[in-house]
Amino acid sequence: MNTPAPVTPAPTADAVRTPASEFWRKFKRQKVALVAGVFVLLLVLVAALAPWIVPFDAENFFDYDALNTPPSAKHWFGVDSLGRDIFSRILMGARISLAAGFISVAAGAVIGTLLGLLAGYYQGWWDRIVMRMADVLFAFPGILLAIGIVAILGNGMVNVILAVAVFSVPAFARLVRGNVLSLKHQTYIEAVRSIGASDTVIMLRHLLPGTVASVVVYLTMRIGTSIITAASLSFLGLGAQPPTPEWGAMLNEARADMLNAPHVALFPSLAIFVTVLAFNLLGDGLRDALDPKLDKF
Amino acid sequence: MAVYLLKRLLGLLPTLLIVAVLVFAFVHLLPGDPARLAAGVDAGPETVELVRRDLGLDLPLPQQFVRFFSHALQGDFGLSIRSKRPVSTEIAERFGPTFFLTIAAMGWSVLLGLVLGVASAVWRNRWPDRLGMTFAISGISFPSFALGMVLMQLFSVQLGWLPTVGADTWKHYILPSLTLGAGVAAVMARFTRSSFIDILKEDYVRTARAKGLGELPVVFKHGLRNALIPVVTMMGLQFGFLLGGSIVVEVVFNWPGMGRLLVDAVEMRDYPLIQALVLLFSLEFILINLLVDVLYAVINPTIRFQ
Repeated sequence: MNTPAPVTPAPTADAVRTPASEFWRKFKRQKVALVAGVFVLLLVLVAALAPWIVPFDAENFFDYDALNTPPSAKHWFGVDSLGRDIFSRILMGARISLAAGFISVAAGAVIGTLLGLLAGYYQGWWDRIVMRMADVLFAFPGILLAIGIVAILGNGMVNVILAVAVFSVPAFARLVRGNVLSLKHQTYIEAVRSIGASDTVIMLRHLLPGTVASVVVYLTMRIGTSIITAASLSFLGLGAQPPTPEWGAMLNEARADMLNAPHVALFPSLAIFVTVLAFNLLGDGLRDALDPKLDKF
Repeated sequence: MAVYLLKRLLGLLPTLLIVAVLVFAFVHLLPGDPARLAAGVDAGPETVELVRRDLGLDLPLPQQFVRFFSHALQGDFGLSIRSKRPVSTEIAERFGPTFFLTIAAMGWSVLLGLVLGVASAVWRNRWPDRLGMTFAISGISFPSFALGMVLMQLFSVQLGWLPTVGADTWKHYILPSLTLGAGVAAVMARFTRSSFIDILKEDYVRTARAKGLGELPVVFKHGLRNALIPVVTMMGLQFGFLLGGSIVVEVVFNWPGMGRLLVDAVEMRDYPLIQALVLLFSLEFILINLLVDVLYAVINPTIRFQ
């Protein structure tokens, strides 16, 4: 009796599912996130090219005949109380805000991920120390910790970035530790261990990739928050100082002239809002595509 | 319950101790000589020495810490460098406005957040959900200081309905509490929505529906109660956000609270005041989280017996 074996068609190119293709398949269905992602890319491009594309010098061009004038063909976003072109200042400010948001979160993510990886893998006293430090940092509400750090180090954007980075470390440490704790008892880790892989190899080659998805999602969502925190500190006068065209600092300067020139405050507000919104929407989309289990807030 | 409470309180002690050490160390991390800072710019070397001895800054560090800690326990944080008045008096005047502002913001934002979250979950992917979530994502993306300035421009300057600055009447509370609570309402809405969606998929909800219960009792009696557990935890975390956020909002509205006091203190390098405020802010946050944990244990008895 020779019944022909059922023929399975040879897998075609699209049937092969790599993590990357799987991610793209899910991500491209999220139109809003896709648009947000394109917007973020454009923003990065604009920020990188800002010094060459601004119509006027953001700090040293003063149009004394147009103080506080609303938007016009010459000055797209109007002019501030010192006669500076707001559009040029917003473009230059994008460099500062994006750099502050990205550098601080990336630094926090790298340090937090390493600490969390070690804490989750070795547990014991090291875990207790790291988690206790995280608890202590979490005991300072909101931007209070950042204000405290800036109070010690002095005002300025570099110190603000450092403060926001410190403030991001515990969140990443907790996230990664949690992931590692649930991953390390999986069979594949046991298998790697049984063929004699060292702890370093297990952590970096086998546990780390398992947590990358949630770290990337959280990082994206966190950039928005960090841009707001950095802008808040500049708004309070603790970060970038005038005449630097940082968005928060611009808003602080605009407060004095709110009555006769509200547009001076409007554009920096919108710039922060649109940028942070784009990062948040992108983060939501990445989360749905990469890590649906991550909390939705 | 008492055992649980005691265990939680004891568990807080190490965190509190480390926070106290950090706040104490703060003065020694500042650039420059704290005695010189306290004595003022035009003080001679003798005065600086006198101030140093007076503040106990000549003692060995561990002794200084014990001194700081025992004074702090009695509510004595020394004199403010700027006003020369006791730090405790300065803070006492400012505590009320911040406290009530935070409560007002928390109240409306949690309520609105719950309503939006539940509505979005029940009418998932329909217009109430889209509207609610558009509001929510905007709420977490709009910086509070910008929102405060927009609201003030619109309602106080253009329309003249509400006062701009100060904290005298209930009308003064409307704009600052709206500004402060917007972010929290947004986070609560998103969080409630996602936990409610999970709840609506549970077996007991299906059972409730299967036995012919109407949609209202299913949502409120079976759904909401269970969804509240994670939401309460979230509330605790959001309180920290509010305490931090009040710092910024108070500056926008020139609010006579602890947040503005802190910003002024940082500007003037008034370190005794900074120390006391940072300690107080984090103490408040830790206590609120404790309260939330206890509340959590009341709602969910399985926590107590672990």
